[in-house]
Amino acid sequence: MGTPLPEGIVAVVKADCPTCRLVTPVLAELRAAGVPLTVFTQDDPSFPDGLDPVDDTDLDLSVALDLDTVPTLIKVEGGEEVDRIVGWSRPAWEKFSGVGTLGDGLPEHRPGCGALNCDPEVIERLAARSSGLRSRRLELARLEDEAEAFFERGWTDGLPVVPPTPARVLRMLEGTTRAADEVVAVVGPDFADCTVEKAAVNAVLAGCRPEYFPVVLAAVEAACTDEFNMHGLLCTTWLTGPVVMVNGPIATEIGMNSGVNVLGQGNRANATIGRALQLIVRNIGGGRPGEIDRATLGGPGKYTFCFAEDEAGSPWEPLSVERGFAPGTSTVTLFAGYGPHGLCDQKSREPESLARSMAWALDAVWHPKLALLTDAVLVVSPEHGRVFREAGWSKARLRERLLELGTKPLSELAAGANGCAEGMNVPAGGGAVVGAFGDAAGGSAGGGLPKFTPDGLLIVHAGGGAGLFSAVIGGWARGAIGSIPVTREVTP
Amino acid sequence: MSPSTAVDDIRIYLDPTNERTTITRSLAERPDSLDGKVVGLLDIIKPRGDVFLDRLETLLNERGLRTLRFRKPTFTKVAPIDLRHEIATKCDVIVEALAD
Repeated sequence: MGTPLPEGIVAVVKADCPTCRLVTPVLAELRAAGVPLTVFTQDDPSFPDGLDPVDDTDLDLSVALDLDTVPTLIKVEGGEEVDRIVGWSRPAWEKFSGVGTLGDGLPEHRPGCGALNCDPEVIERLAARSSGLRSRRLELARLEDEAEAFFERGWTDGLPVVPPTPARVLRMLEGTTRAADEVVAVVGPDFADCTVEKAAVNAVLAGCRPEYFPVVLAAVEAACTDEFNMHGLLCTTWLTGPVVMVNGPIATEIGMNSGVNVLGQGNRANATIGRALQLIVRNIGGGRPGEIDRATLGGPGKYTFCFAEDEAGSPWEPLSVERGFAPGTSTVTLFAGYGPHGLCDQKSREPESLARSMAWALDAVWHPKLALLTDAVLVVSPEHGRVFREAGWSKARLRERLLELGTKPLSELAAGANGCAEGMNVPAGGGAVVGAFGDAAGGSAGGGLPKFTPDGLLIVHAGGGAGLFSAVIGGWARGAIGSIPVTREVTP
Repeated sequence: MSPSTAVDDIRIYLDPTNERTTITRSLAERPDSLDGKVVGLLDIIKPRGDVFLDRLETLLNERGLRTLRFRKPTFTKVAPIDLRHEIATKCDVIVEALAD
């Protein structure tokens, strides 16, 4: 309590409580009997009439006293509470006040009502006031449609959002040990600070549960590195967006899907973590389609694209381990991707045969005549993974073979070759081949070029147990020109 | 029943945005003539942007104008601040080859 309570008896009432209205004459009797009585009112500042109520409609006193019921009588000595009773009970009130024969004509007992500071909606407002949350408040009148209000303000990705009440944001913040005012990342194109609190507001919008929040924070951190280049990825006319791949125990702990329909809808964690990242880019970064987001076509993955690797069923080490993290570490890996593009091979039972199918599928990324321009993720399903496991092929061996199979002579890749103007810029008089973005692609007029670099072909294991299908997630401009995949540990 | 109160009539939400107010900046004043001006030509390295700038440079030089060429490390990121500073201090006007 900031200030000491008035000496004597403090009564807290609200006009909306029938019991409080019932005991109004009794309070007058106490006052008439000379009891030092101070009445605080929670709702109507003029209630109870004639008893000079003290206005507690901001509920500061009620919260400080931790009231759960009105009426409450509190005995105060030396500014401190020494006793309290709730509701109406003639014998209890008489004993408490030392005044006999109170409430003539009233029933002997009447339970009180819930104190206004315990009303669920009021709790949210009070929580916001006392939480230290710094985000600007939006006040909506009760009759306003909140879903429409958020659409109108441009805060959504086109789908409805969960209203970010202070209580929900506070619960989201309980999902991390990080301070609400800590800056997680600077998000382009506005290059605005994304605090833990602002990330939490957007995670609420996206529909996340608090236990997903550390994954969201790690994804934001990874996305906003110079290497991953979220700003450029947002601006591009190409159809990519951030793909979030989760490894380690956190995926199971929060119920992520790595199995049936892994790249599809229906799992809350997969759906909302990816969505939260995109809403952060939109709302904090200021990245909106038609403004700085200039995608010619875009893709459904730009709503959300997040999944977990099936590590338990994998023939190989997890992506995170391959990328330098210890087994058992929870991580997110961000990839600038589009798709997925499906690969059907129901006949191959030998790894060489299946690798050929996969190389053909990978060849279609961007354009079959463009090499070393982009990265890709190959999502190997369990039934395809089994072929490699049974043959003893490591992931490294598969990758090496895919790179070999994906290498083409410049005579096939050259712009104009095979009746197609698109292709690699092969200098007529020899010299280094120039990539689509003016970078030196390497190679020479006499040799060939691989489709991908070794570090630009990511391989993960995921999907349902039935189906001899895999998937390719095509990338964006690779390397320092565009985006480099980034892995970050998920920390509490 | 009791009269309504401020506490239960309004619902509170938190703003998910960066809460910035957009600033509208006016364009820099355009020169009436390019006579005596230094024209910067910025290649953002989008394909064939150099073809466009090469031709423009030829035409400007034919008019006796001085040109300076600049190049961004990548079109996917904003120009480094040093490059922006160099352009601003060396050039009177700048032409940027934006797209492919």
